[in-house]
Amino acid sequence: MSQMEMKRYITQTFGSVGRQFLMYMTHVGRMVKLTKDALYWIVVAPFRGKGGIRWQSTVQQMIYIGYNSIPIVATICFFVGLIMAMQAAYQLERFGASIYVADLVGVSMTRELGPLLTAIIVAGRSGSAIAAEIGTMKVNEEIDALRTMGFNPIWFLVVPRFLALLIVLPCLSLMADVLGILGGFFLAIANLHISFIRYFNQTADALVMKDLLTGLVKTFFFATIISQVGAYQGFIVKGGAEGVGKSTTASVVTSIFLIIIADLVMTMIFYSTL
Amino acid sequence: MTTSKQPIIDIQDLVTYYGSRKVLDGINLKIFPGETLTILGRSGCGKSTLLRHIIGLSKPTGGRIFIKAQDITTLSEEDMLPIRRKIGMLFQGGALFNSMTVGDNVALPLREHTELEDSTIKIMTRMKLDQVGLAGFEDFLPSQLSGGMKKRAALARAIAMDPDILFCDEPSAGLDPIVAVGIDNLILKLKKAFRMTIVIVTHELESVYLIADRVALLDEGKIIALGTVDELKNSDNPKVQQFFRRIPDPEKIDKDSYLKSLIGETDE
Ligand SMILES: Nc1ncnc2c1ncn2[C@@H]1O[C@H](COP(=O)(O)OP(=O)(O)O)[C@@H](O)[C@H]1O
Ligand SMILES: [Mg+2]
Repeated sequence: MSQMEMKRYITQTFGSVGRQFLMYMTHVGRMVKLTKDALYWIVVAPFRGKGGIRWQSTVQQMIYIGYNSIPIVATICFFVGLIMAMQAAYQLERFGASIYVADLVGVSMTRELGPLLTAIIVAGRSGSAIAAEIGTMKVNEEIDALRTMGFNPIWFLVVPRFLALLIVLPCLSLMADVLGILGGFFLAIANLHISFIRYFNQTADALVMKDLLTGLVKTFFFATIISQVGAYQGFIVKGGAEGVGKSTTASVVTSIFLIIIADLVMTMIFYSTL
Repeated sequence: MTTSKQPIIDIQDLVTYYGSRKVLDGINLKIFPGETLTILGRSGCGKSTLLRHIIGLSKPTGGRIFIKAQDITTLSEEDMLPIRRKIGMLFQGGALFNSMTVGDNVALPLREHTELEDSTIKIMTRMKLDQVGLAGFEDFLPSQLSGGMKKRAALARAIAMDPDILFCDEPSAGLDPIVAVGIDNLILKLKKAFRMTIVIVTHELESVYLIADRVALLDEGKIIALGTVDELKNSDNPKVQQFFRRIPDPEKIDKDSYLKSLIGETDE
């Protein structure tokens, strides 16, 4: 490769990385704007008499997003608790410290895995649905029809989904925590011959309120990410069904990415020993 | 004919670009209360774009649009609300809300914008559906309707709030001729019954002859002819004649402009 070619190659690579980054940042900027608007319609607008919250639609979304996710979230979290307990027991047994499986499962579930797994499952299940629904409406000119009829699409479509997620995701996460702990407990009884009372007490001692609270705080951010990324990807759909497909995929990838980043940042803030 | 009246819609020097492409190029058009204006023009000449601007869905690059003497190009989405409540729009594809029943589609503006009782809204919904010949279809989902029925339902929704101005974007496109005539007659009926101002985009000459008070012919983003059907028919503008006599484009293609169009350059 000649020097010229090399130079061009490097410029091209950096140029394209830079362009991608800038594009990504404009998307993030617009998503922040969308979130602000949605918050305005939840917090400010109802008190100024500019259209209350569409509770009926919110409840419907709570059923779609929350109630219908219960089986899958419960199953996955139970098994993850079980798997974690197996892996931990394998190490801890050698030191005769099997009982600490309870600590490990309890703390990691409530602080981290319960909220995170739930958010990732819901992003895949409902974030994509939000993008697909709004995207299809965009393609069918239904969003234009809403605006022509004097409805704000954010108020009409985003707020009910946002609110539903804000309400439902903490509940699902709590359930995930419990199921994960039950998974660990199941293994402890079956394999490690630890009694129910002992496991329960050990878990209760290990957990402090902060574990639960930080877990719950995270879910509000995850709820925001899932709803806003889904809605944003829906609103920017171009073209027909193909565009909807692309946006749906993008919504899942982007939400999961942002969820992990947000989780990292929050864990650093809550538990940094620095 | 109606020039003594104040226009209800007044478009002045409207210019719009999509990217670097000029789609509307200095449109001037006055529409008077109670008249039915059809906008005629070939595919892609900017008819839908023009409608989108009049109802404020897109903001123009330049020019002004007055509706009832109010310049809507400077209005925020929120300040548009009172004007939009008095506007009905039938979209090219119907744009019914697919997740709602036909009845809910029609009732939605009534529920959200009025203080009417539920029972009253139900009756009004039924009346509107009856007017478009869809009585009894309240509980159907849009996906259960045929193309023509969807257009009818969308029309019922567009007139739900008894608008002053009704816009229809190709109401009969994609429908078989018999259903299409049905839709035209429906619009004609509405025109007579409610004295709405109606703006219709169409390709169908039959519809034009049937409905229009005046016709505007749009070509490459410009209005090249405006007047009654007879005036346009007798126009000596070749492009107008081409449209009314259904003369196809010459087969000859200019090589240079074809090459330019291939590489994405467009000239005037
Ligand atoms: N959102 C858009 N982005 C870019 N170009 C567009 C968009 N909408 C329409 N156009 C282009 O603008 C021109 C006018 O479109 P339109 O108003 O839909 O035409 P018509 O309704 O007369 O068939 C077309 O050439 C179309 O390709
Ligand atoms: Mg069109």
